[in-house]
Amino acid sequence: MKNLAKYIVTRLLLTIPMVFILLSIVFIVLRVMPGDPVSSLLGGHAPEHVIEQKREALGLNRPLAVQYVNYLWQICRLDFGESMVFKQRVSKAILEKLPATVELTLCGMLITLFLGVFLGAYAADKRRTARDYGIRLYGIVVYCIPVYWMGLMLQLIFGIWLDILPIAGRTGPRVFASTFEKTGFYILDTILIRDFSALLDILQHLILPSVTLGLVLSGIFVRLTRTNMLDVLRADYIVAAEARGIRHRVIVYKHALKNAFIPILTMMGLQFALLMAGAVLTETTFSWPGMGRLLLERIYLRDYPTIQGIIIVIALFVALVSLVVDIIYAIIDPRVRY
Amino acid sequence: MEIEHLSVHFPINIGTVRAVDDVNWELRQGEVMGLVGESGCGKSTLGFSILRLLRPPGKIVQGRILYKGRDIVRMPEREILELRGKRIAMIFQDPLTSLNPLFRIDQHFIETLLAHEKGLTRKDAYRRAEEMLESLGISPEKLTEYPHQLSGGMRQRIMIGLGLILGPDLLIADEPTTALDVIVEAQFLDLLADLQKRYHLTIILITHNLGNVAQLADRITVMYGGSIAEVGEAGDIFENPLHPYTQGLLASIPNIKLDQPKLKTMPGSPPDLVDPPQGCVFHPRCPHAMEVCRVKKPGLVKRNGRLISCWLYG
Repeated sequence: MKNLAKYIVTRLLLTIPMVFILLSIVFIVLRVMPGDPVSSLLGGHAPEHVIEQKREALGLNRPLAVQYVNYLWQICRLDFGESMVFKQRVSKAILEKLPATVELTLCGMLITLFLGVFLGAYAADKRRTARDYGIRLYGIVVYCIPVYWMGLMLQLIFGIWLDILPIAGRTGPRVFASTFEKTGFYILDTILIRDFSALLDILQHLILPSVTLGLVLSGIFVRLTRTNMLDVLRADYIVAAEARGIRHRVIVYKHALKNAFIPILTMMGLQFALLMAGAVLTETTFSWPGMGRLLLERIYLRDYPTIQGIIIVIALFVALVSLVVDIIYAIIDPRVRY
Repeated sequence: MEIEHLSVHFPINIGTVRAVDDVNWELRQGEVMGLVGESGCGKSTLGFSILRLLRPPGKIVQGRILYKGRDIVRMPEREILELRGKRIAMIFQDPLTSLNPLFRIDQHFIETLLAHEKGLTRKDAYRRAEEMLESLGISPEKLTEYPHQLSGGMRQRIMIGLGLILGPDLLIADEPTTALDVIVEAQFLDLLADLQKRYHLTIILITHNLGNVAQLADRITVMYGGSIAEVGEAGDIFENPLHPYTQGLLASIPNIKLDQPKLKTMPGSPPDLVDPPQGCVFHPRCPHAMEVCRVKKPGLVKRNGRLISCWLYG
């Protein structure tokens, strides 16, 4: 346990250089990109001296190196600064949107894991049958479908044709914004105040976006789980368990799946970054008021500080998830010692 | 237990491997039967067939395996589950990989016990496991450890404990000492002999190690190319092997007492079981091959109190 604590601290310390490298890249790319916050603020037809004035006010007229060092120093003090386009603290803008994204990505991940792992294990067990081929086909197809197209199709089918699920936003019009003052995590908030009709409304809104996200990524996990399961099912201890008269279902879903789950878990940590990328697209498709959509909006506006702030938060989120994955890893596999 | 006309085939890309070909075999209550032969002769496949544990594409294509009068080959899945572990136990070649690395030793025992004995509490199951470990000379504290924390010899003893916890009467040991070093191997064989007496076990000891067999077996079955070559009392077979293959096998054991300048080996290589030789499978390597050996497969005949399949003996 002491080693685990040490490991966690080391990992957390390692995220610091990671964030700085990432931040430097984003900083440079943003400034190389055409356009800047001033032109999005004032439009293309503002007089030269007004533009100059604004650039000076935002500090954009200073040498790039100075801007860079100033920004890093600011981040070191844990200050994300102020938006260059709106009168708004960056931290406030992010905190408002963060819970929506966390809710969406965690639900998406759960769906991905559940679908992917279960279908993959089932396919491995029923190897070379029609069901196995069907599941493998499913894996390839969903893997190839772009997230936004999947989103549009689900909106069309369940929102328009069948008309059973809402297609946009986090809540319906009848739920008051004041419901969500405690944490900003809508599911948590409605449970805290025991407003179950609001909870139902929120879950309905959550279904399509999280299923979209979950389906697309489940393809990789179906294939990964299937391959790992096939390996594990060949292992000696599986035959040995069979020889002791343990039921087949127990062997497949307890003995084999637990072993196959280890590489799946690793993959999950790695895929989480992809999930965040998918979230940006999903949020846009479903008008989901999260960080992904905020990021997209602010990229259009070239709002440098907000973009950089969001990137930091996403990076930290990904790092956190992969740390949690490593800890679960150590819990599942007794051979792993940190 | 009796086996009648058992054939096991593995259909593969280039044809069908006839791993076990029309085998008739009989096992007596309480004996240790050594099942020997070189790699790929079908001895392990025969062992796996008895518990219907053949991996696909392996399949029993004909024959019967009668255990206490009931045919295992045609037994419904539910009954075979009952049989496995409870009546017939099996231990495997590699104790290092035969235990699930993610489960503690006690979890293996408890799961096995609960799967077969309804109404048993976890606590009682745990106690039974403790007793079993003690009788195997392992400290019961090892129950809370994971397989990777134990040595190879310890793990093989645990495997045997897992096999015996439900009180089976038949133990199939598939090359149980191959992965162990010589000293641990000797200890393990002693333990096996001891357990056999204590639990009145019938044991099938599958091995290519004739030394193991000499030490433990009452009778010996020699297999070659998916068929049985010779069955007889262990002493008889070692003293006076009748089948040319058995003679060759015994001659190739290095003997420290004889001052052999060169180890005797058998010419040729094991038969291709996809396309086995016509007639007797051994004839291409047999020093006494006759005309009839090339065309007709010999049946098992009784000679001097043993069974032999060779045209030399009619």
